Amino acid sequence: MGISILRAGLQDTVQDLGRNGYAHLGISSSGAADAFSLRIGNLLVGNYGNAAGIEVTLVGGKYKFTADTFIALSGSEFQADLNGVSFPFHRGKYVQKDEILTIGPTQNGARCYLAVRGGIDVPDLLSAKTTHVVSGLGGYKGRSLQKGDTLSIGNLEEVTQVIDIKVKLDIKRNIIRINNGLQSKWFDGNSWSSFTDNTYFVSESSSRMGIRLSGESINSTRGHEIITEGIPLGAIQIPGGGQPIISFVEHQTTGGYPKIANVINSDLCKVGQLKPGDQIQFQSVSLEEAETLKFEQEAFIKSLKNNHA
Amino acid sequence: MVKFGDDISENLHQQVFSFSHQLLKQSFNGINNVHPGYNSVLVTFDKNIYRDAALAKIQQFWDEFPEQKQEKYNTVEIPVLYGAKYGPDLDRVCEYTGLSSGAVIKRHTAVNYLVYFIGFSPGFPYIGGMDETLATPRLDTPRKQVPLGSVGVANNQTGIYPIESPGGWNLIGRTPLPIFDINDPENSLVNIGDKLHFRSISKDEFDRMKGK
Repeated sequence: MGISILRAGLQDTVQDLGRNGYAHLGISSSGAADAFSLRIGNLLVGNYGNAAGIEVTLVGGKYKFTADTFIALSGSEFQADLNGVSFPFHRGKYVQKDEILTIGPTQNGARCYLAVRGGIDVPDLLSAKTTHVVSGLGGYKGRSLQKGDTLSIGNLEEVTQVIDIKVKLDIKRNIIRINNGLQSKWFDGNSWSSFTDNTYFVSESSSRMGIRLSGESINSTRGHEIITEGIPLGAIQIPGGGQPIISFVEHQTTGGYPKIANVINSDLCKVGQLKPGDQIQFQSVSLEEAETLKFEQEAFIKSLKNNHA
Repeated sequence: MVKFGDDISENLHQQVFSFSHQLLKQSFNGINNVHPGYNSVLVTFDKNIYRDAALAKIQQFWDEFPEQKQEKYNTVEIPVLYGAKYGPDLDRVCEYTGLSSGAVIKRHTAVNYLVYFIGFSPGFPYIGGMDETLATPRLDTPRKQVPLGSVGVANNQTGIYPIESPGGWNLIGRTPLPIFDINDPENSLVNIGDKLHFRSISKDEFDRMKGK
């Protein structure tokens, strides 16, 4: 069982929920840029949440199934068809051997996920299947998929109950909520006002490593260099030029720029959907609110499963 | 984030090393990652862990942490073939510092360095202790691809490229030894807390070591 890549998308990668536990060796977790959507995709096909799928970025490719397979598309809606017939998002469906799924350009956010029952089967690297593109590690040969690649699909002995989504999964990504960062006090009231009152554009040079923003410059009262320390996922760094960078899934594990803020956990999935040209605004919330929002998101995913118990 | 101090020193490093080492050995359920830095350790938790519970765990660990415990230092020797095509920027360093290539190599190999931590990218060691007379600014235009094992100088730091990657350091030599193994990263040649020194080797030696 497998998938042949007849034509690769702009950046198709094998992704699971990440390779945790190796940051002390310089290896960031990587994992799906929008983990929420990959988890939904897995639930739609009856996988466990951590199975690997294909992350498709901005424009997809052509994928041929070498055996009958149960699949689903999740995340931002892209143009998609199966042998010329429009293919729905957020619904699990059987596809037959030799059928061809074509994923075109996005109609919304940056990424969608192709989930397959059994998960994409690539060799584990340090107990995970995620591709760390910047370092060329993991996934399928450490790189984005190319024409001619064939991916194996795993065997799933026990299919969990397939979910059916009745609500519209429409996550607005223009407001990104934040908590204070480790150097939030390096920025005075004026800088903070500039930071949260203005909108920022997502720049072309953004990647899975970092989302580069352009807009009002933010200046620290204490300079733009700190003694190198750990960087968490979602940290918003302010380098000398004053243009914020959101550290993303393939971020450097340590760095020397002050961190004004951190994207809250429940909004990391929105960051994974940002594409060049998008306009966003930051909104400060309390730690308590961030925690509530995180558990609400988890409860939502759980409710999808429980509807079918 | 656990902060041990505000500057860079061997004493603070000792605490960072010991704390992160002990923490990793404990491997609490729910810890995602541990990021040691020069004077701090960042700990990130799984999203299913409550913030209060995470803070309590770190506090408890801190309270029980034996501050005086001396971690054992490993000593590691890095053989380096300096200059020529293996160190294409050695001349640039000579020009900037006003030293002969022999003097640069002598000063670079004379020091017992300390690996403060591994960070930035996979296996990259933050090495402290370089002779300040060797300090040379980064290249104006970074190389798109720096060969594996390249030894470089950037400002007052020296470093080794553990994987092939882009980079703007002045390359003064190359080691034939793999300093990092992605399939077994816990058992890499260079680790946090190591005492490290460089030894100048000949082309023959380089080829022999590379061959085995």
